[in-house]
Amino acid sequence: MSVFASSPAASPQEAAAWSPRRQLLTDLRSVRGRAYPRITGLFREKSWVFFEILLPFLATSAFVFVYRALQAPPEYVGFVVLGGAMTAFWLNVIWMMASQLWWEKSQGNLELYFAAPMSFMAILFGMAVGGLVMSSSRALVVLAVATLLYGVSFAVDQWLLLLAVFGLTLAALYGLGMMLASLFLMWGREAFHLTQLFTEPVYFVSGLNFPVARLGLLGALALGTIPLAVGLDAMRQLAFVGAEFPVGTPSPEVEAVILVVMTAVFVLAARWTLNVLERRARQEGRLSVRWQ
Amino acid sequence: MPTPPGPAAIEVRGLRRVYKVKPTQVVALDGVDLDVAPDEFFGLLGPNGAGKTTLIKILTTLLLPSAGSARIFGFDVSRDEKRIRRIMNMVAGGEQSGYGILTVREQLWMFSQFYGLTRADGWRRVDELIDAVGMGDERLQRVSTLSTGQRQKMNLARGLLNDPWILFLDEPTLGLDVAAARQVRELVTAWKAAVPGRTVLLTTHYMAEADELCDRIAIVDHGRILAIGTPDELKRRVQRESIFRMELDRLDGGPSALARLPGVVSAAAAATDGGPVDRQTVEVNLVLEEDGALGAVVGALGGMGSHILALRKSEPSLEDVFVELVGRGFDEEDGPEPPAAATGDRRADGTSTTDDEESAEVA
Repeated sequence: MSVFASSPAASPQEAAAWSPRRQLLTDLRSVRGRAYPRITGLFREKSWVFFEILLPFLATSAFVFVYRALQAPPEYVGFVVLGGAMTAFWLNVIWMMASQLWWEKSQGNLELYFAAPMSFMAILFGMAVGGLVMSSSRALVVLAVATLLYGVSFAVDQWLLLLAVFGLTLAALYGLGMMLASLFLMWGREAFHLTQLFTEPVYFVSGLNFPVARLGLLGALALGTIPLAVGLDAMRQLAFVGAEFPVGTPSPEVEAVILVVMTAVFVLAARWTLNVLERRARQEGRLSVRWQ
Repeated sequence: MPTPPGPAAIEVRGLRRVYKVKPTQVVALDGVDLDVAPDEFFGLLGPNGAGKTTLIKILTTLLLPSAGSARIFGFDVSRDEKRIRRIMNMVAGGEQSGYGILTVREQLWMFSQFYGLTRADGWRRVDELIDAVGMGDERLQRVSTLSTGQRQKMNLARGLLNDPWILFLDEPTLGLDVAAARQVRELVTAWKAAVPGRTVLLTTHYMAEADELCDRIAIVDHGRILAIGTPDELKRRVQRESIFRMELDRLDGGPSALARLPGVVSAAAAATDGGPVDRQTVEVNLVLEEDGALGAVVGALGGMGSHILALRKSEPSLEDVFVELVGRGFDEEDGPEPPAAATGDRRADGTSTTDDEESAEVA
């Protein structure tokens, strides 16, 4: 058999008849394939150490010094450090998930993805998995360095719940990223403005540097809509047991349920949006035409 | 070409595609009918904006028709896109796909995963294809450092990863230098010869490329197919007479002496590019009613004491066919073009807005 030939199928009809199992395996392999460049990039391009660890660390440090100067309870330093670590995930979601499909279109990848036989959701999952690996490493470094440097002491009673909330927060965050990716693609060039629009306000209402309950009604609204806000609040409650929290936030268990609902809603919405997007894009020619 | 049993590789009926480009509409395809048989190397030849890319986008399931139907091996492009995507692949000229941060090997492996190859099979197939396209030395080179020609060879390898039953090549040699373009053509020809039963649809506006590669060609302009046939059939459409160019040592009485001979339509002095002064020759363009009339001309020249130094038959080119069909040259504009966005045409240099550094950052 020639090097060029690899298909055992005797006809195109036979080659096109895939079992559900084969389709599923292809989707799973596509997740792996799409995650690959992100994970490889982690080791190949070291500039992230400066841009995504050192700079966020400096921002976190500024709040640490402010709280110390104000003689705030010591747990607040821990709140800030935890918030600083979670910043990596939000940045990754907004810059490397939400606006990613727009970039893929500019590079000409999008039409190749759509023309391939895997589900496009597999591409989004692959982006999310790769992004998770990237962001986790960054978050861990920020957390470890800041904890050691500023002497943060954690008080955890429910490790399993803390880990579950952390996992659910990431799932909900990347579910949101998958949904935004589809929406951003539909909005085209406006994606950059939207990215800018989303970054700082979400920092603020998520309470990255202070307990979100301090925001009152706005904080409650954030807890119901922004996974970063609800996840961070739950993790703070679980990681600093006994700390004095402003009243008004739900228990970590309730917040975990909110995260589960958010994850389901965002992932389903991403799937629905993608289907609508693909249909519309095929009708209007927006899918494959680079400049539209 | 006899049609083998089974559905056609491509069957298009009354295909129409209209883009809404405010404040008007652009008709990119206007009632296209087309049949391409399995195993055929079929070319779509036409100038920019002719509708070639729109047709290929519809056939590759990236675009829906506004009206009409299109089928790939019997699968409807509007409803059976999943099946079609399992058996086809596409390579476009100036393609900047993938991620500059990856090596050639890694990039191809990533794409192999999208077609469901196992991890090990993916690496093995990638290595085989890298060797097949002659990129062994660039195997571990980052994609961002490849030349345009190398990149296009890599793209071609990507297009063959899933052993497609139908391969769409959209201006695959766009922006390549002569040597790189030849290499790409040779690779496509080698693949086609090695894997019988596979179909290729090539769009190009390079006529020599279409002439060299294609079993049949459709000439497209303004969203319509103007003619379909083998390159020879198309050329015969414009070759109603036999045209010869003759170099003689002398011609007493000038070309008009030949024009009077039976079967000669016209004889005229040919434009020459100048030659050595000591070699005075006469070049004549001779138009005959048919090739058989040449014998009488040769006999007459002998009688006139002229010796034929060179004789060449002029073949019409596909460009002649295009001019005959369209009434203008290939590169001549005849009116406002639809916007590039609507037709999907790329920049002439095949670049995109993002460079490889950006590619690396947004992997």
